[in-house]
Amino acid sequence: MATLDLQRIVKSFDATTILHGIDLAVKDGEFVVFVGPSGCGKSTLLRVIAGLEAPTSGDIRIDGQNVNDISAAHRGCSMVFQSYALYPHMSVYDNMAFGLENIGVPKAQIESKVSAAATLLRLGELLQRKPTQLSGGQRQRVAIGRSIVREPKLFLFDEPLSNLDAELRVSMRAEIRELHARLKATMVYVTHDQVEAMTMADKIVVLRAGKVEQVGAPLELYNRPLNTFVAGFIGSPRMNFLPVALLPDEARQGGHALVPQGTHTIGLRPEHAQIANDGPIAMQVSSVEQLGSTSLLHGKVGADTPFEMVLNGQTSTRGGDTVRLGLSTAHLHCFDSQGLRL
Amino acid sequence: MHWLTRLMGIFFNLFEPLFRLGQRVLGVSRIGWLFVAPNLMVFGLFTFLPILINFVYAATGGVKLMPFERPFTGVENFGILFECRNYFDIQTCRKDVFWRAIFNTAKFSVIQVVLMVGFSLVTALVLNRKIIGRGFWRGVFFYPVLLSPVVVALIWKWLLQSQGVFNAALVATGNEPIGWLTDAGWAFFWTVFVSIWAHMGFYTLILLAGLQAIPKDMYEAAEMDAASPWRTLRRITLPLLMPNLIVVLVLAMIRAVQIFDEVFVLTGGGPGSATTFIVQFIYQTGFAEQIHLYGLAAAASLVLALGLMLLTFVQLRLTKASEAGQRAR
Amino acid sequence: MSVTTFLTRTHGRGRLDWTDWLSYAYLLVGLFTMFAPILWLVMSSFKTESAIGQFPPTFLPYSQKSVTVQGHEKPLPLFLTKTESGELREMAQVRRIGIMATMVDPAKPETEIRVNINDRKPINELQFAGNNYTDLFGKFSFGKYLWNSVFITVVATLLTLLINSMAAFALSKYQFRGQKAVFMLIIATLMIPPTIILVPVFLVINSVGLLNSLWGVILPAIATPTGVFLLRQYMLTIPDELLEAARMDHASEWRIYWKIILPLSAPALAVLAIFSVMWRWNDFLLPLIVLSKPEFFTLQLALNSFQGELNTQWHYLLAMTVITLIPITLVFAFLQKYITTGIASAGVK
Repeated sequence: MATLDLQRIVKSFDATTILHGIDLAVKDGEFVVFVGPSGCGKSTLLRVIAGLEAPTSGDIRIDGQNVNDISAAHRGCSMVFQSYALYPHMSVYDNMAFGLENIGVPKAQIESKVSAAATLLRLGELLQRKPTQLSGGQRQRVAIGRSIVREPKLFLFDEPLSNLDAELRVSMRAEIRELHARLKATMVYVTHDQVEAMTMADKIVVLRAGKVEQVGAPLELYNRPLNTFVAGFIGSPRMNFLPVALLPDEARQGGHALVPQGTHTIGLRPEHAQIANDGPIAMQVSSVEQLGSTSLLHGKVGADTPFEMVLNGQTSTRGGDTVRLGLSTAHLHCFDSQGLRL
Repeated sequence: MHWLTRLMGIFFNLFEPLFRLGQRVLGVSRIGWLFVAPNLMVFGLFTFLPILINFVYAATGGVKLMPFERPFTGVENFGILFECRNYFDIQTCRKDVFWRAIFNTAKFSVIQVVLMVGFSLVTALVLNRKIIGRGFWRGVFFYPVLLSPVVVALIWKWLLQSQGVFNAALVATGNEPIGWLTDAGWAFFWTVFVSIWAHMGFYTLILLAGLQAIPKDMYEAAEMDAASPWRTLRRITLPLLMPNLIVVLVLAMIRAVQIFDEVFVLTGGGPGSATTFIVQFIYQTGFAEQIHLYGLAAAASLVLALGLMLLTFVQLRLTKASEAGQRAR
Repeated sequence: MSVTTFLTRTHGRGRLDWTDWLSYAYLLVGLFTMFAPILWLVMSSFKTESAIGQFPPTFLPYSQKSVTVQGHEKPLPLFLTKTESGELREMAQVRRIGIMATMVDPAKPETEIRVNINDRKPINELQFAGNNYTDLFGKFSFGKYLWNSVFITVVATLLTLLINSMAAFALSKYQFRGQKAVFMLIIATLMIPPTIILVPVFLVINSVGLLNSLWGVILPAIATPTGVFLLRQYMLTIPDELLEAARMDHASEWRIYWKIILPLSAPALAVLAIFSVMWRWNDFLLPLIVLSKPEFFTLQLALNSFQGELNTQWHYLLAMTVITLIPITLVFAFLQKYITTGIASAGVK
């Protein structure tokens, strides 16, 4: 169990810079999720932490110790790869024991550690099988088992659930969370799926183009996104963005202004939009999806700004209708012309 | 090149009526036979028929070439080959050159294959790293594979001349020149060395392809598992390469057992019969001696064929075993 | 990015460690081992007859300078000579008896002096004996051997491409009774090396009257199982719909083969052509048995027989060897990619 400190991590490959100076502090026992669109550098950052890539500049400290010059094997990290990277010619037992054999752990100890991990992950029956004889979920668990067995300071996960089908993903998410609670280990998890991030993380790090956009607890990112990117990335369905010009003048200025001076874009989550007969903005509804428990309204505001609304229960609104939106300051996110929160 | 297309056009027009006729007679599906016929005819005449006739030769004696002019002798040819007063002393054998050839071939095959595949493996491992200009280096080792065996033998014969470069180096360092090809031990050594020099590039290529099929994240996982480079090689790389390695070993063995061209030109089988191998024995017996003993040569060929069949059988078994152990990736 | 960064980029770690140095050292040793002998061959092939006999040999073809002196028919060899007065002069040697040599100054041919052979040193210059190569065509019917090899290689390759592609076409695009058996038979032939059927093949070639004929070497070699296998694998990837469309267009099967299948199989045909050129150019054992009259010798046979007879005429032998390896070297230089991919895919078999 350890703390992780990243200071000004820069990573370049030849002429391309992937990471532009990342600073991060992870507390002992935290579950941190790196999330972001493809190409944002989250996997690269993970590999730099692991020691599989050397940073171009910057410092990595695990438990206060600078590990820049320590090889991957001796940093005390373990990694669960996206493809699991199980050794196909070794049995499940051997796959898990390999790491311990390499550092010279006596056989009896290996045996007890492996069976402990196997029991934890319900792999007891499968110890003598080869990876090709296992299902995707089972292979996943073997990959996790392999990293547990080494009792590392830091657990690293590189998009481990992306190769599983949707149902399995949901159950594995819970299992990994349970594991975290049990082991109380520091875990760094990379994913492109913001639902995974929201449900699993103690702390989310949102990355874009090699820079940290925001760090915080899931709800903090949901309630107070610091810029339009984070606001649009977190939360599903995606937040609506309206140009402030859509608001009538009195809503923009004066004592009853709904938004502060300097606002350029307004953000409103679909689930926070309400129908109000005297609302300041009109929405032309184009289609309505009724799911029984909720209704999803698609449409436009203003000239051609797309807008979505999620209502509880069922609605009588139909496509082609026009409704007026009620805006309450509590749920309005205001961003300046640079996209930063005001 | 215009004349080339004209020529090809003529060729095309020549055969079309024949095939149209065939098509009408045989129908579309059976015309396949017409296409495969030339190949089959050549195979039949120059491969299958000879296989059968080989047995006839082995079972007949005399000096005539035509099989029907040869007296039937049964297994006498084999008897001549295998007749020895004392099986532990080659000198007492009737055809001691045969036994020497078999012994030489066996010794050569084992030594050459082990060394050559060893070098090929090391080279493949080196080439598998992040090397600048890998294609160039791969070509370096592969070039001698393309040279004809006669050229290869002459290149080395020139180097190993009594007045050649190697002896010049010896003399320059104050030593006596050595009869590289006239000393039995050295001659044997050079047959092994030269054949490794000429062929290792081929097997390096095959092993390299096998190495590159191993996914990169396997090595990363091993790195995270604190595996030293040596352990990674022993427990990850080599086991995953095993199927390729087996194929290479058996292919190399089959080829080594049939070695002839370069050795014949390099040493002529000498000194004495120190570097005479089985194919040369067959050639000598059937074509180079004063009297062409076709029967004996055919009998020896069948002994060789038996050995090769055994090797191929071993290969099939080993490949099946290793595949069972791996059950695909 | 600096040059050193580029050169030291290995292991993804940005640092060269000892294993990298070792690897490059190994590769350099390999480069030397593979190419130095060939380089030595080429250099030696340019040495004059006398230079060849010299021991110890030099790398570059040096030969003793000679000069024409008035009053002497043939050019005389030039030496750096120590005269009685102790000075060093360039002098030509007229004759040598025992340990005394008679030397003249090339400018003043009348004055002869006698010196001990130890007081003189030969003056060498770079001499490329191009006549080693040109003589071959004059003295040794080398042109004939070259022609034989070329003829065999070209004709055999064309025939190989033709009948192998026809067979591959039949085995990949048709379903006829006994097809599987035929295919199995052809694959089985892969396991029968020519070495074990030497005698009966000789009989067959003799019986059809092709002994001592170039065709006797061409015909047995053209039905290569590797070629059929390779081409078949490739042709299997050609969509059947193309043939069906052609049949709807009233194309005969031969036309389909010629105008559709062959052009589409060009890459595989190229690989097979390269292999075939290699095999036929380098053939030795079969031609050795079939061709016993010198006028039919291929380059390989000629090389072999010359090194028996003309053991002392290395300068010609070496030149012949170099010429023999040029075609394959050219193929290698320009078509390396085809060869290595062809082997890699065949090796997967």
